[in-house]
Amino acid sequence: MDFILKPEYEMCRDSYRRFAETVAAPIAIDVDEQELFPLDTVNQMGKAGFMGIPIPAQYGGQGADNLAYAICVEELSRVCATTGVIVSAHTSLCMAPILENGTPEQKEKYLPKLASGKELGAFGLTEPGAGTDAAGQKTTAVLEGDHYVLNGSKIFITNGRYANVYIIMAMTDPSKGTRGISAFIVEKGFEGFDIGPAEKKMGIRGSATCELIMKDCIVPKENLLGVEGKGFSLAMKTLDGGRIGIAAQALGIAQGALDKTVAYVKERKQFGKSIAQFQNTQFMLADMATQVEAARLLVYKAATYKDGKLPYSVEASRAKLFAAETAMSVTTKAVQLHGGYGYMREYEVERMMRDAKITEIYEGTSEVQKMVISSALLK
Amino acid sequence: MDIKEYSGVFVFAECLDGKVVDAAFELLGEAGRLAAVKGAQVTAVLVGPVTDDNVKALGAGGADRVITCGDGRLKDYLTLPYTHVLETIVKTYKPEIFLFAATPIGRDLAPRLSARLRTGLTADCTKLEMDAESGNLLMTRPAFGGNIMATIVCGEHRPQMATVRPGVMQRAESVSDAKPAVVAVAYDAPADADGVEILETVIKPHTKQNIRDAKILISGGRGVGSPENFKMLEEIADLLGCTTSASRAVVDAGWQEKDRQVGQTGQTVRPDLYLACGISGAIQHVAGMEESGLIIAINKDERAAIFSVADLGIVGNLMTVLPSLKERLAQALG
Amino acid sequence: MKIIVTIKQVPDTTEVKLDPVTGTLIREGVPSIMNPDDKAGLEAALQLRDKIPGSTVTALSMGPAQASVMMREALAMGADRAILLCDRAFAGSDTLATSSSIAAAIRTLEFDLVVTGRQAIDGDTAQVGPQIAEHLHIPNVSYAAEIVPEFGSLKVKRMFDDRYQWQRVKTPCLLTALSELAQPRYLAPGAVFRAWREKEVETWNVSNIEIDPGYLGLAGSPTKVKKSFPKAVKPAGCVVAAENGEAADIIMKKLREHFII
Repeated sequence: MDFILKPEYEMCRDSYRRFAETVAAPIAIDVDEQELFPLDTVNQMGKAGFMGIPIPAQYGGQGADNLAYAICVEELSRVCATTGVIVSAHTSLCMAPILENGTPEQKEKYLPKLASGKELGAFGLTEPGAGTDAAGQKTTAVLEGDHYVLNGSKIFITNGRYANVYIIMAMTDPSKGTRGISAFIVEKGFEGFDIGPAEKKMGIRGSATCELIMKDCIVPKENLLGVEGKGFSLAMKTLDGGRIGIAAQALGIAQGALDKTVAYVKERKQFGKSIAQFQNTQFMLADMATQVEAARLLVYKAATYKDGKLPYSVEASRAKLFAAETAMSVTTKAVQLHGGYGYMREYEVERMMRDAKITEIYEGTSEVQKMVISSALLK
Repeated sequence: MDIKEYSGVFVFAECLDGKVVDAAFELLGEAGRLAAVKGAQVTAVLVGPVTDDNVKALGAGGADRVITCGDGRLKDYLTLPYTHVLETIVKTYKPEIFLFAATPIGRDLAPRLSARLRTGLTADCTKLEMDAESGNLLMTRPAFGGNIMATIVCGEHRPQMATVRPGVMQRAESVSDAKPAVVAVAYDAPADADGVEILETVIKPHTKQNIRDAKILISGGRGVGSPENFKMLEEIADLLGCTTSASRAVVDAGWQEKDRQVGQTGQTVRPDLYLACGISGAIQHVAGMEESGLIIAINKDERAAIFSVADLGIVGNLMTVLPSLKERLAQALG
Repeated sequence: MKIIVTIKQVPDTTEVKLDPVTGTLIREGVPSIMNPDDKAGLEAALQLRDKIPGSTVTALSMGPAQASVMMREALAMGADRAILLCDRAFAGSDTLATSSSIAAAIRTLEFDLVVTGRQAIDGDTAQVGPQIAEHLHIPNVSYAAEIVPEFGSLKVKRMFDDRYQWQRVKTPCLLTALSELAQPRYLAPGAVFRAWREKEVETWNVSNIEIDPGYLGLAGSPTKVKKSFPKAVKPAGCVVAAENGEAADIIMKKLREHFII
């Protein structure tokens, strides 16, 4: 078992980190406070090759792998969780299902512009009445000649406003429950497709989370992704992969909070000495660092399993469960060690704590991850 | 090579816009001190704008002799023709030591010449001494980003060549009635003279005083916070009739022009007062200002490295200290 | 256009700290990086290559075996070849011996343009570039901030302290790159993977080049380091915590003591 990252991953990390520090970090506070979608950052990430990391070169991707991708999301999230989730949703939730289920024509048509970052991707499964219970889909798709007609709405869609390509789940046969769900590739600009106003969120406030509204939306027949009726399992597999991205995001948030805290406690003086000299500080930091490293091993393991074409669903769930809880716990401790300043926006750990919370919720709550993990144990 | 054939200290009298630059006079001052040890002569080498004014100024600055090469084709500095002229002069007059200013011209010409002569060259020296024992020149320079000093010798090759950081050496007392010997050398253009041609020269307008000449510098670092906050530094500089300078971080961020930058990759300054505002004091910065007469640093981080070179350090917030200081100065200077 | 870019692996001197007690250098944990000016030169060369069909870029370095990591970085940036001159015979080289060895390696390759960084952040000498040009008998332009290719020549923006010149230089020639010449790209993950998994760093020793043995290493170096020492630590001044008028008064007192005002 190899716990040492190969040099190519370390070199990728250097590149991600330089980008994150130079481009993403300086605007992280504005992205949060002004709910700013970092469009220029996304364009630059496209040029840098960060928008298509695990996509094969034949489809305009980098031809790297999921581990290199996870490290990218980690490093971006270390300074700006919004930037991290933009890459994660785009890569895991939009490009991955096209790559894994698309026809040659669909891959040729959509992957090159997505992988190069010229266009942005998003994913729509959640509905007002169907969250964790995804089977309660109300959006319908009816085949009429050479096209489907979609009706319904999707909520909490990351990248919603700025995406060009959406993977949308809809019922093609409501009588069959989950076996009646199908997946579609929907483009912004399709007739009857509309985007609602941005949601006001606790954290990751720049990620342009919106409602997608389909009112007699015309989707060409050739945009059915995979097989009719297999949409639910496609969505579940997509979320398995997505969890690696979110776990990496949580890991990055935790690492970022730890780094900020280490710097702060060395500087901050109370009772005539730096607070780093207090054993309470030292012990808290030790716990934080250990949690972060444990999360990292789980995240990298899940990515490595996916790259090795091994079943990785349970690994991804464990990684996301643990990394998300780590992010919440480490950022909370980070705020505590910052004291009153930690509660102030200027010190950023405040934002990281708000950003961390979503990692316990989206792409399967921590409870869903526990269901996945335990059902594998008990089957 | 018989090194005993080589004698005298030569200085390249770099010119800009037809006039010998300040750094060349600093070299002459240093050359005089070195030559005195051996009872040797100081020779200035003037290529290009050979004018009476320039020759006189070099004499006043300490040159016993001026070797000139004043061909019109040498009006502006070009690497290959100048290298050729100096090669000829070195081969004819055999200097023991040849000094250049570490400027964008000296740092181009000296390496090219040293390679042609296959002799040693030491870059960016901050201290030169004659070794009493060996008679060799001891050339001391900062290395490793200014973290360590290294003393270099070139024992078996002549001339011993060095470039010297502008702003470090002291000029000699001016001798107004000096009458240096003048030797004119003819220019025979080398075959490769036309390798480079100058198409256009653009002089950047600068209204501010050169930071190297400033007696007082109000210097700002990243801690100043924003380009707007630099106004406060400028107001204080105006009160004191001086100018502002900056750290590399601030120049890299585009808050200040490159010509304001103090440090290893900027300029070396030694004003009477250096007021460091929000400068952390990276070694590369300190290397460019530590010789200042009085160093006062204001920084909110009490661990800032700048405090280790400061004569007076204020741990405090610039935004409260500077306005108060400005007020006091305005009162005092009324 | 055949372009050769010389690069050097250097300690990141901005990360170096001094031991506050002894004044000596703390070298441990200081990362090695591609010298910034060299990296800008490599980026500029790659952009030039992409503009002129049929061009190639070869990265060339002299250094220890560990420098192969930096050579991979050069390949990941997009260099077509990476050659590392690595031999004990080069040990102890000063700038003249270094430039002689690198020039000898360049002579074995085809080239129209050699790009070097203006200076390395560990030595800051700025000597090796012009010296290589001299050994190769080609013109050089130092302090290049912009390059415009022309037929049989290059137009180069040559920087000085208070001015710049547009110069035309005939090829083959050598340019020394300032950091502002080009902003190095972010390494694309795919390029990094290919650099490690599909490309090779060529390692050359002294037998791959033709050079007078007297020009090599310590023997070929006219300058010798007599001694190196940490910079003298000056006695600590007085540091006080103060704000507002209190701080201003302390400063004013000091200025009066030193007759600044």
